Amino acid sequence: MNFNLLTHQHRHTGSVIHHLPAGLKLGVALILIVGNVCFPLAWQAWFLGVAILLILVAALSRISPWFLLKRILALSPLVLGVAAVNAFQTTGQGHWLGVAERSLLCLLTVTLVSNTTPFSGILRVLQSVRVPNLLITTIALMHRYLFVLAEEAGRMHRARASRTFSHTRRFQWHTLSSVVSQLFIRASERAERVYDAMCARGWK
Amino acid sequence: MHIPDGFLDAKTAGVTAGLSAVGVALALRRVKHDLPPRKIPLLGLAAAFLFAAQMVNFPVAGGTSGHLVGGVLAAALLGPSAAVVVVTTVLIVQCFLFSDGGVLALGANIFNMAILNSFGGYAVYRLVCRCLPGERGRLTAMAFAGWCAAVLASIACAGELAWSGTVGWSVGFPAMATVHMLIGIGEGIISALVLLAVRQTRPDLISENASAATTARKGEWFGYGLLLVLGIAIFIAPFACPWPDGLDAVAAKFGFEHKALAGLPAAPAAGYQIPGIHWAVGATAMAGAIGTLVVFGLALLLGKILVRKKSLDA
Repeated sequence: MNFNLLTHQHRHTGSVIHHLPAGLKLGVALILIVGNVCFPLAWQAWFLGVAILLILVAALSRISPWFLLKRILALSPLVLGVAAVNAFQTTGQGHWLGVAERSLLCLLTVTLVSNTTPFSGILRVLQSVRVPNLLITTIALMHRYLFVLAEEAGRMHRARASRTFSHTRRFQWHTLSSVVSQLFIRASERAERVYDAMCARGWK
Repeated sequence: MHIPDGFLDAKTAGVTAGLSAVGVALALRRVKHDLPPRKIPLLGLAAAFLFAAQMVNFPVAGGTSGHLVGGVLAAALLGPSAAVVVVTTVLIVQCFLFSDGGVLALGANIFNMAILNSFGGYAVYRLVCRCLPGERGRLTAMAFAGWCAAVLASIACAGELAWSGTVGWSVGFPAMATVHMLIGIGEGIISALVLLAVRQTRPDLISENASAATTARKGEWFGYGLLLVLGIAIFIAPFACPWPDGLDAVAAKFGFEHKALAGLPAAPAAGYQIPGIHWAVGATAMAGAIGTLVVFGLALLLGKILVRKKSLDA
């Protein structure tokens, strides 16, 4: 599932929403999420208002509705599953609709923000709210190499698949573990090269 | 196990966020203090590695598949504090970039997967390593710790959901625990196999990372240990304990239990009215206890098989 998400990363289009400052978008999103989580379900006006606002933003940002729907469906099995479990609970029927409503609205909020804001913008906001530097460096490096390593894993998997004729169950475990361990080794070797490159460019 | 937004109420989100903030701050301080500068890019790369490794699915019994969480594996490969930082990074990126796991639930997710899973698992790993020295003991410890960590994190997750009133403990605990007892087996096997493979191809990587500088110190053990105990006391103990909790006990003592009850109409389905469901909690706890022993035996066997094969190869 995650691999699908990687390949479906949305491209930057120059809409009004894309040009808004990242801090503003994140701030509004945080307020909306806190409201969705904390306000009682009786305040239907709030939830309706949030839904209308989000639909408006989605329309303005010119992200295709299919893309949004796909992202939300990919992430919501858990939401629907827990909501279904909730339906069988003894305390308070109908409560589960509320849970689904809250989490779908929050999900849509985060999806919209993450697809209209470049990641570097999010990092800059984190930096301005004084998130420790080490954590930000780590997040930035992870984001930079995430796609590289994911591609590398995909290549290794393909290479392995094209070289093995049959796979028994035991061999499958062996394959998995060797792919993962190779990936770790390559990641650490790359980390050493990255450090050399950073030093060569005057880091610290 | 990523909890989305809307599943936790404000108090649970607040408490878990507080606990995780303390844990992550502790980990960052340790890492800054202990890690040599040339290892800093490794944190980011290891986070990217963990993310990629989580996309590799393994088969679980019954046609379903699970994927690696990898917190304990990271702790064994990089040291516990580095693992907390790495898993936290993965969770933050998953939250903001892929909307996987909620923003307000981030605290709970970090607590379950970065702190409970990594450090709780690492504690088990070190304990078993100390009891069973040698390569065989190390692999046994890895497999067993991977299983324990997955189950522990899932129980904490069930406790948090129950505390928020989203999913009752009597439903959530059996569901979460049984599923993760199965997934945990895969996690344990993969972790042990990966550890073995890395140790065979690049033993220097692990010995460098897990050198005296990055293995847990006393302060670290104390800090994380306190967090673990607090978390278990808040999220799991109130539900798992068969005795009435503090408030009930006080109420009974002062005799206003009856007064409180008298004023209320009989609830249609108060507390544990469904016998089957109450039984499920006990049965799951029992199965967990027996399962722990069985898994430990299996881990021993795995260690034995892997090491014997290796000595034959050599």
